[in-house]
Amino acid sequence: MNIPFILSLIVFLPLLGSIVVMFMPGTKEKEIKNFSIIISLFPFILSILLWTGYDYTQGQYQFVQDYSWIPSLNVRFHMAADGLSIPLIFLTTLLSVLSFWYSSRVIKYRVKEFFALFLMLEMGMLGVFVALDLVLFYFFWEIGLVPMFLLIGIWGQEKDRPQYSAIKFFLYTLVGSVAMLLAFIAIYLQTGTWDVTAIPAMMPFASNPTLAAVAFWAIFIAFAIKVPLFPFHTWLPDAHTAAPTAGSVILAGVLLKLGGYGMIRILIPFFPQTFRYFAVFIAVFGVISMIYGALVSMAQWDLKRLIAYSSVSHMGYFTLGLAAAVYYGDPESQIIALNGAILQMFNHGIITGGFFFLVGVLYERTHTRDLKAFGGLSSRLPKYYAVMMVTAFASLGLPGLAGFISELLVFRGAYATMPAIAIVGIIAIVLTAAYILWKIIQYVFLGEFSPEKWSKIFDVKHWSFGEDMAPFELITMAPLVFGMVLIGVYPSVILRMINHASQIILGSAY
Amino acid sequence: MEKLLLLTPLIPIFPLLAFVIIIFGANKNNKLSAWLAIGGIGLSTLTSWLVIAGTIMGGHHVQAEGWRLPIPWMPTGEIVFNMGVGVDGFTAAMLFMVPLVCLLIFIYASEYMEGDPRYARFFAYVSLFAFGMLTLVIADNLLLLFMAWEVMGLCSYLLIGFWFEKTSAKRAGLKAFLTTRIGDVLLFAGMLILYSYTRTLTFHELFKPETLEMLSGTMMWGIPVSALISLLVFGGAVGKSAQFPLHVWLPDAMEGPTPVSALIHAATMVSAGVYLVARMLPLFAIVPDGALRWVAIIGAITAFFGATIGIAQNDIKRVLAYSTISQLGYMMIALGLGGFLAGVFHLLTHAFFKALLFLGSGSIIHAVEHGAHHVNDHHTDPQDMMNMGGLYGRMKRTAWAYFFGTAALIGIFPLAGFWSKDEILAEAWLQWQEAGFMSLPFWAWLAGTLGAFLTALYMGRQIGLVFFGKPRTEAAAHAQEPGNRMTIPLLVLAFFAATLGFINVPFIKGGWLHHFAGEVHAASHALHLEAIPFQVSVAVVSSIVALGGFFLGWAMYRNLKAGQQDPLEKMLGPVFTVLKNKYYVDELYTAIFIKPTVKLATLCAKFDYDWVINPIVNTVGRIGVVSAIISAKFDEIVIDGLGVLGTARFFKWTGKELRLTQSGQVSNYLLTIALSSLTLVGMYLFFIRM
Repeated sequence: MNIPFILSLIVFLPLLGSIVVMFMPGTKEKEIKNFSIIISLFPFILSILLWTGYDYTQGQYQFVQDYSWIPSLNVRFHMAADGLSIPLIFLTTLLSVLSFWYSSRVIKYRVKEFFALFLMLEMGMLGVFVALDLVLFYFFWEIGLVPMFLLIGIWGQEKDRPQYSAIKFFLYTLVGSVAMLLAFIAIYLQTGTWDVTAIPAMMPFASNPTLAAVAFWAIFIAFAIKVPLFPFHTWLPDAHTAAPTAGSVILAGVLLKLGGYGMIRILIPFFPQTFRYFAVFIAVFGVISMIYGALVSMAQWDLKRLIAYSSVSHMGYFTLGLAAAVYYGDPESQIIALNGAILQMFNHGIITGGFFFLVGVLYERTHTRDLKAFGGLSSRLPKYYAVMMVTAFASLGLPGLAGFISELLVFRGAYATMPAIAIVGIIAIVLTAAYILWKIIQYVFLGEFSPEKWSKIFDVKHWSFGEDMAPFELITMAPLVFGMVLIGVYPSVILRMINHASQIILGSAY
Repeated sequence: MEKLLLLTPLIPIFPLLAFVIIIFGANKNNKLSAWLAIGGIGLSTLTSWLVIAGTIMGGHHVQAEGWRLPIPWMPTGEIVFNMGVGVDGFTAAMLFMVPLVCLLIFIYASEYMEGDPRYARFFAYVSLFAFGMLTLVIADNLLLLFMAWEVMGLCSYLLIGFWFEKTSAKRAGLKAFLTTRIGDVLLFAGMLILYSYTRTLTFHELFKPETLEMLSGTMMWGIPVSALISLLVFGGAVGKSAQFPLHVWLPDAMEGPTPVSALIHAATMVSAGVYLVARMLPLFAIVPDGALRWVAIIGAITAFFGATIGIAQNDIKRVLAYSTISQLGYMMIALGLGGFLAGVFHLLTHAFFKALLFLGSGSIIHAVEHGAHHVNDHHTDPQDMMNMGGLYGRMKRTAWAYFFGTAALIGIFPLAGFWSKDEILAEAWLQWQEAGFMSLPFWAWLAGTLGAFLTALYMGRQIGLVFFGKPRTEAAAHAQEPGNRMTIPLLVLAFFAATLGFINVPFIKGGWLHHFAGEVHAASHALHLEAIPFQVSVAVVSSIVALGGFFLGWAMYRNLKAGQQDPLEKMLGPVFTVLKNKYYVDELYTAIFIKPTVKLATLCAKFDYDWVINPIVNTVGRIGVVSAIISAKFDEIVIDGLGVLGTARFFKWTGKELRLTQSGQVSNYLLTIALSSLTLVGMYLFFIRM
């Protein structure tokens, strides 16, 4: 099915929804919630149509919309989607629907603002994945920051220092963005265009490697902060911990991917040689993130912080895969590495997104995330245990579940291009198993269940969902768990598209 | 024939279905769950027999070349990675053992687990376990094998920690998963390296002569990649098959319910490691003077040291656990000496008699527990052999089955273990004759023979302690034979423990199994695929050793009184303490691996958030705030105070002062005009002059 302006619809329907919500009376909470859920379903359905409508026989960019926007500066309203962005658009719209659905049951105050801001956030994220003009890209990149800042600051838990975390998140990202903007302007001044599809052919700064390196790093650091890559990651545990459940889900599930997406979409085609030149250096930081992130996770006692740090570790796999993909190697291994990196982003989105929902489930009941407070829940909450087990084992890379496939591809690709680094990185696999099984599973689920301890931490006031997972919580998790199993068992469902994108991206860059 | 083979993919599907149905619904009904699990594995068993029939009818072609069913699975650049299943003689032999032993264990467990609050969950987990093992043996590529391998890792974690309320059980589960995971990661690395060089993981493509030749000629970091890959793959097997130095998880795995121990020790988990090495043997064999050696060395070490620990344990299941470790060592010796089929043969027979011994021990534990319950005794450890004694009279069926299992294990003619262990020792013996005294085969033979003695000794000790003498506790005096669902599987297993050896008796066509399964690696010339002639000297030596050891153990322990000191402890003194503490390997690992890792994690967390990285971020933020305050002050004092307000003040002041001149008196103005005019004229004249 061919829908005109499909990308504009996907991006701007949430904006429209946000505006409508702002004009709805704040007392009509139920209507606001239902409206938001329904409006978020449209981009989701449209993103499925993108997936099914993608034509593997055509070139890279499809569903193109290209109009002049600010003629005096040559800025264009240029949008398109390809095999790299479609899975991420799908991920964004899926997690948004689930976040709206979940939040509609748990957000109790300032409902109108919450949903209006969340819809605006969705627009910003989706815009980044479709924009092919650097100004437009930057516009969307920045616009998502504001609602997320407010979501953390207003709906965060008081004890997690939400204001501090929100400001830290905002400023840290902004510092990177400014450097990126300067680099974009420099590129424009050199090439005369903002068009992402046109710039690679002009090879910005190809004649001056120093300038190219400066521009590369200015953009890279902006993305690396978002990913986040060691040592730019400390905003993440604070922001993830302070944010409300849905906010953490979107932060981990989508916002981190903006950085990774930018590296693939902008840095590989613009600076292929510079990227290659620094690839080993970047891979080392990826491996440090993997191992260091896992070790720091292992030392946490706050469940949400633990999972936040595990994101650092898991996105390290992405960075390793990306660096391996741009390094010297045979084309097949490079493509495998890039496939692994992209799939790792998607998998991390559904797995860690799921983790944050599950932390929310426990937190709503107990109002604590202290691992030492739990124990023996396996027999008490069998459904919760089952869902958590799938998510946890997907996260530690158990074959048959999604995480394994991307780890396999990343390491396979990385081994072929940079064997020593890849072999060191493999240590992270053992550490991941250790912190997930030892900290999460053992402390929360195993051991003796003691009702006294439970009643002590159980906030009776908040006893609203019964004990085991309520149907709405199971519905929230169901698509994510299904995705973990499906990708793990038959990865072609998603790799076919990613593989097509990787072939084109690497084929035209190298 | 081909049509029967097409059933292969169904074999693991039935237990998987059982798992799914139990998890999503049937778990409310215990009986239904158990029957689903038994039905699932039962169908797998039947299907397996059909597939085996297909393999037999397929003749040499299918048995040696194999039959495969690949499907495109994952795009990798231009090419597509194929996932698939396959059958050859080796797989078919495994398909005879795995589902049948699983089926018997499941039937047994349906009675053994009665009364457990998580009965249904148990049958879901064991079904998944069987699914994993069955997938592993029919995998036609290393990736699928690895995936099944890890699924089993998950199941062992779940089942060993099944009684997770007990601290020891939850720790044991974690230990099993993490220890085997270390091996898994090595295997994973080996698999990736193999994949990177060969672009495929399908077995029959890997073992093509040209692929092997390419691998043996390629070097990496100064070592041949084939050696690197083989050793990494072997690392995986060391973890899974509990070989030294990764054997520590297996004895702790006794924390799981006894049917699980039988499952892990016989049909599934530990067999997987041996299966892997056997499957990948052609790769090991091309390594010049390297990988196979290590397999044999590790096997010999494990075979001997495992057996030594076995003689000093009092827990009935722990003795068997060390026995498993030791017996797996024998299989590794065989494979390491190139005796593919000797290893596989022992793998098959061992599965039957070890499953029998474990289930037998379960039924003994069950009986003693019953007795303890009967006399209202809640302190007696029902697994401690010191609390047993004289059980022969109370449970004859179990006892007789157990005797058969023991005889098979220690290698009494003509039971299964005699033929299979003998072939391994004969292999070592023959190679020793060729390679000379003090060569590796000599040490392997010696370790195997001494191990055989120790095996017989601890089994004699066990039989003496459990079945003979007088009951040492009230619980043992009131022990009771369990019901048919537990004892009939024992008798079936006893039948196979007694007779299975005949599939490969050297006198009949030089070993039937050799023709059936041995041709799988026919392309690899470094392996000994032809049957070895029967070695009378070896058979005599090992028979004497076995009978001697057994009677020694039996005689020392059969009349042990309650509270009496262990006779071996009296004899060996401090050595016995070391053995009892398993050479302190656990303590060593805790000190050098676990504690430092946890310490490092804590340090990293501090480094990250309290000491270095986050403080830097906060300092940068604070510098921003401080410079903002300084700017604000500067703004207030300098820019605004001196600049803007200062200017204003200046004009205000000058205005105020100058106002005095605006007096309103005409004479003053006239004076000003006059003075101004004079000044102007003066200036004019002065400048004109210039």
